[in-house]
Order: sequence, then C-alpha cells, then structure tokens
Amino acid sequence: MSRLELRTRVPLAIAIIAPIAAVAFTLIACAGLIVWAGAPVGHAYVLLFDGAFGSRFAIAETLTRATPLILTGLAAAVAFRAHFYNIGAEGQLYLGALAAVAVAGGAISLPSALLFPLMIVAGAVAGGLFLLVPALAKTRLGVDEVVTTLLLNFIALLFVSMMLDGPMKDPLSMGWPQSVGIIPELTFGKLIERSRVHSGLIIAIVLAVVLWVVNARTTFGYEMRAVGANARAARFAGVSVNSVMLKTALLSGALAGLAGVGEVAGRAGYLTLDMSPGYGYSGIVIAMLAGLNPLGVVFAAVFVAGIIVGADSMSRAIAVPTYLADVIVAVSLLSMLVATMLARYKVRWS
Amino acid sequence: MEHPALQLSGITKRFGSLVANDDISLDLGAGEVLALLGENGAGKSTLVSILFGHYVADAGAIQVFGRPLPPGNPKAALAAGIGMVHQHFTLADNLSVLDNVLIGTEPLWRPRSHRREARAKLLQTSRQFGLTVNPDARIADLSVGERQRVEILKALYRGARILILDEPTAVLTPQEVEALFATLKTLVADGLSIVFISHKLDEVLAVSRRVAVLRQGRLVALRDAGATSKAELAELMVGRRVDAPVRSANVSEGSSIARLSVTGLAAGDKLKDATFDVGRGEIFGIAGVSGNGQAQLADALCGLLMPSRGEIRLDGRPLAPSPRTFIGAGVARVPEDRATVGVIGDLAIWENAISENYRDAQYSRYGWRQRATAKEQAKRIVDQFDVRCSGLDAAARSMSGGNIQKLILGRALVREPVAIVANQPTWGLDVGAVSYIHSQLLAARSRGAAVVLISEDLDELFAIADRVAVMFQGTLSAARSDWTVAQIGLAMAGTSEAAHVPA
Repeated sequence: MSRLELRTRVPLAIAIIAPIAAVAFTLIACAGLIVWAGAPVGHAYVLLFDGAFGSRFAIAETLTRATPLILTGLAAAVAFRAHFYNIGAEGQLYLGALAAVAVAGGAISLPSALLFPLMIVAGAVAGGLFLLVPALAKTRLGVDEVVTTLLLNFIALLFVSMMLDGPMKDPLSMGWPQSVGIIPELTFGKLIERSRVHSGLIIAIVLAVVLWVVNARTTFGYEMRAVGANARAARFAGVSVNSVMLKTALLSGALAGLAGVGEVAGRAGYLTLDMSPGYGYSGIVIAMLAGLNPLGVVFAAVFVAGIIVGADSMSRAIAVPTYLADVIVAVSLLSMLVATMLARYKVRWS
Repeated sequence: MEHPALQLSGITKRFGSLVANDDISLDLGAGEVLALLGENGAGKSTLVSILFGHYVADAGAIQVFGRPLPPGNPKAALAAGIGMVHQHFTLADNLSVLDNVLIGTEPLWRPRSHRREARAKLLQTSRQFGLTVNPDARIADLSVGERQRVEILKALYRGARILILDEPTAVLTPQEVEALFATLKTLVADGLSIVFISHKLDEVLAVSRRVAVLRQGRLVALRDAGATSKAELAELMVGRRVDAPVRSANVSEGSSIARLSVTGLAAGDKLKDATFDVGRGEIFGIAGVSGNGQAQLADALCGLLMPSRGEIRLDGRPLAPSPRTFIGAGVARVPEDRATVGVIGDLAIWENAISENYRDAQYSRYGWRQRATAKEQAKRIVDQFDVRCSGLDAAARSMSGGNIQKLILGRALVREPVAIVANQPTWGLDVGAVSYIHSQLLAARSRGAAVVLISEDLDELFAIADRVAVMFQGTLSAARSDWTVAQIGLAMAGTSEAAHVPA
C-alpha cells in the first residue's frame, strides 16, 4: 500500500524534472492522435520541432508569436497570484491596440519622440482602466470578477468593431473594417532582418524580469503575495487588501493593453478585428503553465508559440490538422498541473 | 472467564520516522470509564482512529468482547458496538433530532423509512438512559449540551456498547459538564463501557475509574483514579514537573486610570453591548460559551470589524477601526485562528515575523524591502521567544501550532505593546506551550500592559485573569474578581445570577 505525503520543500531536481516529464507525457499522449490522422509519429514531431525552432525563419516566427503571449501571460500571472481572476485580457488587449492607433494613427501631430511613449502609455492605460471597473465591482460590491471580465471581452470587441466601422475606419480600406495605419516613425523596430520579430519582445522580456523583481524584492510585491496567499491574514496584519487588489488589477490590465500595442505597432501596423487569435485566453494557459512565475511565463509563452507555429508548418507538410496544436497545448497544461501537484508530494510505500 | 469489553494488544503505528503509537496494550472492562490522558500529539487520536478503522495499525490486535476486530473497517467497528462522540458534532443543523439519529441507519433504496418504529426506539433509548430530548426539535434550536446528548443517543441507538468521547467537555458550561457526568454514570450502571479522552485533569479524576496516560506515543502509566493526584498525572503527561504560573499582585492597584476602555460596543447581530475598562497591568478575562459574540468582540478589538455603535479608547484616545491604526497605537493582537489569520502559511517565517509592520522605515525604503534588517528582527524574535523552526526561510506552515503561536506573540510583544488582545491564545496547545504563553502574558502585565484575554477555558481565566466578565448572546456582563465556578457557569448559560446564586 502506498500513501502520498506533502513535502515541506520541493527539491530542485524534482522541480526541474516535473515539467520535462509533463512535456514528455504530452508528446506520448498526443502521438495517438497523429497515428489516427494517418501520419508517422516520429516524422510529424520532427516536422513540428523544425517548424518551430529548426531555422532562423522558424525561430523568428515563434518569437513573434511569443511576444503578445508573454504579455498576456504576465497579465494573467500577476492577477491570478493575487487571486483576482482576470479572464478579460482579450478585451484589454484590443482596447490597448485601439488606444495605440488613436494616438499614433496620424490624428495627433507631435514629435515622434513624444508620441512614441505616449502611444505605449495610452495602450497600457486603456487596458488598465478597462479592468478597473470589474475590480471596483469586486472590492466594493463583491461582484464575481470572472463573470464581469469575461463578459466585458464581448463589449470590448463590439466597441472596437463599432470604431473600426465608424470614426476610426481607414478611408482607403475599400470597405474592410480596419483602422488607419500606425505612422511609420512610430512602429516598433525589427530585431531580426527580413522577419517579423520586433522590439516588443524586448519590452515583454524586460517586463517579466521587472515583475519578478517587484514580486521578490519590493514592498508592493510582498503585499501582492500576502493578499494572494491569504487575504484574511493579510488584512489582519494591516495590508489594505482592496487597494492592493485595485493596483494589481490596473497592472494586469495594463500588461494586456501593452500586448495590444505590440501587435498593432510591432507586427500588423493597423488594427483589425481578427488581430488576436485569442492571445488573451492563451495568456491564462501560459500563466498556469508557468506556475504564475513571471520568468516562467517567458518560457511557457515560447513553448506555446512554438507548438502553434510548428503545428502550422507540420500540417502544411503532412496532412495533420492544425487543431493538433490546441490539443497539445491543452494536454501539456493538464499534465503540467498534475506534475507540479505531484511534485509537492512524495510517495511512501508501506 | 468473561472477556473485557475492549482489549488492545501491542498496537503500533508509524508515520514515517514518527512513532504515533508504540506498543500500546490496554483493556477496558464492561461498565468501566477509562480516561485517556495526553497532550496534543501524544497519540490519542491515532489510537482512536485505529480502533475505529480509519487507520490500520502496523502491529497489534484489537478484540471486542473477546472477538477480533478486523482492521481498517469502520463498518465492522460500528457493528461490533463501538460508538464515537466527536468533539465537533457531526449533526445536520437543519434536520430534526429523529432525522439525525436515523441518517445512515437505513439503506438508501428502501422505499420509505420506518419512522414510527424508529421514533419508538429512540424514545425508549432516551428513557432507558435518562437522556430526555424531543425527537422533533430542530438541531439548530438546541443548546450545545443538548446537541451532545443527541450525539450520544445516536451512538446508543445504533447499539453501541462501547462509547468513545473525544474531549466532550470542551464546549460545555460547568453545569452542562455536571449533567454529562451524571449521564455517564447512568450509562456505566447499565453496563456500557466508556473511553473518555481529555487533557483536563480535574474531569478525568472526577469521572473515570482508571486513567491511561499517553506520552509521545507510549502508554507511560495506568493508574487507578482513586490512587493518583493531579500533580502526578500532570507530571506523567508532560514528562517533567509543571509549575502553575505565578501571578504577582495587581500592578494597577491604586491606579484607577484605564488603559483600554470600551464603551457600548456593538457590531452586526452577534455583538450587542460590551462595555469594560482594562487598567495598567491588568489581565481582563472574557468568558463565555463559544458563539456568544466573543469572535466579533475580538475582531472589533483587533481593528478588523467596524462597530455600528460604541468606541474603543487607548489611553484616552479613540482608535479608528483599522488594523494598521491598532498596530500603530501599540495594540498586540493574537487571533483565535492562528494558522489561517495569524500567519500567512505560504510565506517565509521571516516575512511573517514582520508582517504587522512591514511598512516601517527599517523594513521598507523607497518601496524596496530591507531583507537584511527584516531577517535580523525575525532572528531576534525566534531566539527570544524560543520559536522552533527549520530556518527563517521555511514556510510558516511548516511549524507546529505552538511555535506559530510563539511567533505571533513574539512579533507583537517584541515591540512592547501597551495593550494585548488575545483570543483563545492557548487553544489546542500542549501544556508546555500553554505555560509559556501564560508566563509571557503575565510578564507583559507586570510591564504595565492592559491585557484582554478571551477564553473558553475557565481554568485558564481563573489562573491568570485579574477580573473576568462573561459574554452571553452578544452582551458582556459586569466584571468580577470573585466568581465561583457555579456562578460563572450560570452566567455563561444566561441565567440571571441574582435569582440563582446559591445562598
């Protein structure tokens, strides 16, 4: 007979082995689906890996994809750590992008040295303020933020749709609902020649490091961790739980808004309604994969981006549906959650 | 030869390197009350869990009325006639007494329940043992003592011949304890056998014929209740001599200035009216049966609860209801729920050691934490208050309850508070930790602190409080320093003392 016992501390070796084991399990579990699709498993996985990391182009595509995912992943990680369940990163992302276009679409004439930071701040503020409403409803009235943030996504998308069909519509778009372009001086610089990787990636990684430092070393980080770990005890010790919750929400919304700025000013150049294939929702998965650790978010985002990009290229080469990417990401999340849970226990045989 | 009701031979149970039960052999005669005495962690619960089939012993055997009891099978234990009354009742509040007794005795697929027969059997059982109770009363409407009676009836209804009572007096008033003891005598006279688990020495001596003392998983002594004393049992239980805390004369004698004064405090529907003054160097005790508004009073005194009426003043200045104001004004607070309110279990011990003043300049500069100074302070608290831990970086939840309590007390006392609000500070702690905490409270008192001690343990209040007031249904009585046990029991039960104090 065996029993599970809670460890007081997880050894480093197990903390490293657990995610690797989870990925290995995912690949084995998903092999069945590839066989079912009538493709050779080994070849398919080689194609997938090559498509994600096998060439300069592949790596550039993966990193381009990873950029918004890091930011929405951080948005979810920050909020979830404080037990504020922001499901609305998708909406905040679009509003951030909309604000960026409003500032940098040519409507305001200011020197670009001023407009560029203004564009970034406007996107962050738009995302943050949009999350302030559900945050206030939660702290003041106890309204469940999962419901409000989720539903506000639709409101945000419809609002963006209205703006793209109305006042912010590009007159030269031949009827397509899309915004005017970001003026060229204000777009993010390219990191790699002849690729789509832009300096938004640097911003995202720097922000991940900054958030890690804030968490570990600052008083505000301590307050966020205290509130997240045990709000009752934090309140007893004199932490203003509501104020910490509001600040955390602003931060989370701002990060999601920045993801929108990066997409519109770094990759697309103009805003359309199909700009994000659900980056806001993927951010939640990435944050969970990373165990809500800001540095882990960077790796989780690259992993998920690699799967998506790799599966795309794999399906082009052999007839395996791209939906496999969704399945792999979902299975890897589940096995990662189980693996980290198991890592906290040890098995005792008796 | 007649078999004993219950016979344990060589019961051993290990959890990893911890030996929870070490070769315990005991027998319980028919019609006997055997007390099982021991500190927390001595192995009482493990032994009972093995008896009840929740754990399987690594070695040893159990016989009930001469027949072996299959291990690890709660149903077999019930069928063999073992009944258990838990400290925390397992009753459904919104159902009637009859329903509660019936739950689980009838198979789910039976189309209708035999309520009439069940009612007759319940009434008959209740008459036989003198446990009067109305079968149709809702549990929610019953007093704590009555609920316990229902628990006992539930076990008897199922044919229990051996009753295990786990800390049965913890939630009762002194009068209810008397009534329980009378009930136990009736049951024993009828041939039932009772295992009485407790750590209260007076009660053990009053009710049992023999006393089994467990310490660190071993049966260290088996004494006849008539041939032992409280002092001997205490020493056996702890493993060394225990000295009662010494209370010096009241420091505030002659000084009538109140340090902490509370007037007309009310909050929600649980706290209706509390008015009291605590002087310099005084321990003010608040007694009461659990759930009479003490929790709300404690929350208000910690700055957590916004009172709807009344105010709290410290040295004459009113305190705004916020934890930070109270901490800043020098109020040390010890919450009832030490593991989930007192500390943040997932954070490190050093982070918890400064959690009440993490914003102070020495721990936070320009928004950056001063980890070195914080850890020094934590080290100081851990050393000075004898907090046993595996290191300052370990999570607070890795510590035992006693050490968590020492950390909470230490981080508050190290800042030399002018007032202390302690809610059930020794609840569930072992004797060593209890006497340590009492001595710390007494030391704070002799430094001139005003101490409010909320407790459900009358022994504790009589031992260290200068004056005691009683909470009943949200209202605090006048404070007295000369309560008798009978008087305070009546006040806890809400009976007007003027009419009932015996002449």
